[in-house]
Amino acid sequence: MNKNVKWRPYGAGALLGVMATLSVLLSTKLLGKPQYLGTSTTFVRAAGLIERTVAPDHVKDNAYYTKEQVKVDWQFMLVAGIFVGALVASLIDRSFKIEAVPPIWQERFGNRAAVRALGGFIGGVIAMFGARTADGCPSGNGLSGLMQLSISGFISLAFFFGVGVLVARLVYVRKAGAR
Amino acid sequence: MNEQWLGLLTGVLFGALLQQGRVLRFEKQLGALLLKDMTIFKFMLSAIIVGMVGINLLASLGLIELRVRDTRLAANMVGGALFGIGWAIAGFCPGTSVGAVAEGRWHAVWVILGMLVGAALFAEAYPALQANLLSWGALGKITLASVLGLSPWVVIPILAVVYIVVLVWFEKKGL
Repeated sequence: MNKNVKWRPYGAGALLGVMATLSVLLSTKLLGKPQYLGTSTTFVRAAGLIERTVAPDHVKDNAYYTKEQVKVDWQFMLVAGIFVGALVASLIDRSFKIEAVPPIWQERFGNRAAVRALGGFIGGVIAMFGARTADGCPSGNGLSGLMQLSISGFISLAFFFGVGVLVARLVYVRKAGAR
Repeated sequence: MNEQWLGLLTGVLFGALLQQGRVLRFEKQLGALLLKDMTIFKFMLSAIIVGMVGINLLASLGLIELRVRDTRLAANMVGGALFGIGWAIAGFCPGTSVGAVAEGRWHAVWVILGMLVGAALFAEAYPALQANLLSWGALGKITLASVLGLSPWVVIPILAVVYIVVLVWFEKKGL
């Protein structure tokens, strides 16, 4: 393996650690309140914004939307920024690639985009319901949680990964003789 | 600078680093869950080691405040388990699903749509879950340091060494 490729996740990860630190400092100085990395609350706010266009009263009366506040805030723009940053970086180093069905999925379930769409959608529903129950995803509970030594972060990350490993084995690994 | 612009700027850097760390790909996410390729943990642990020292240093100097989340045992465990199930099927977490679409893996659009529906379903379920699942084992804003009754500066070097040992082990095993 190329040496640069091998060190890539460490370099990018360490820079993310610097960025997360500076982000807390800058947001404290400029906005008067610290902002820690996180993404999943944005999905609640986005769902609320969409739902509000058809059922404004329902969103206004919902306790969770009221608690998290349906608005375009710092974290909402952080998530929008992830899109922009990943797009620009992948175009610059030419790693941008149109992919309809990822290889590991294809090996197990074939190359029909509709099957992948269904799996992605159902997985997404369950993952987000879980992330909101645990009060955070691998960004908020994982990165920001472990950076602050938070017990909720350690427990959540252990369950994300532990259960993820078990389910991935069931879903993607064919048992010998099963065909 | 206002809140939204600072968020966008931070997000652009976050997205570029996720992309350069190569963690936005389905193969890398599933690679970790199938215990074959630990790229996402190399990325996360590197970020955590640096951020753990940096953020706690700023907090100890009184320059920033920590925002430790409440520990709720039942919610962290049940929610964590549900997330694990969904993550293994979908192949992306919330942040990486957005970045994956941006680098051309457009099937992650379905994951994002599912996640929006999951968030809306949770908003509907929240009032019913508040008094039980979400409050069982509520222990407040506890950290590994506060639970052990130690200074964070005792815990941080120990954790850093543990994380580095794990990373060295991944390299030795070729993961």
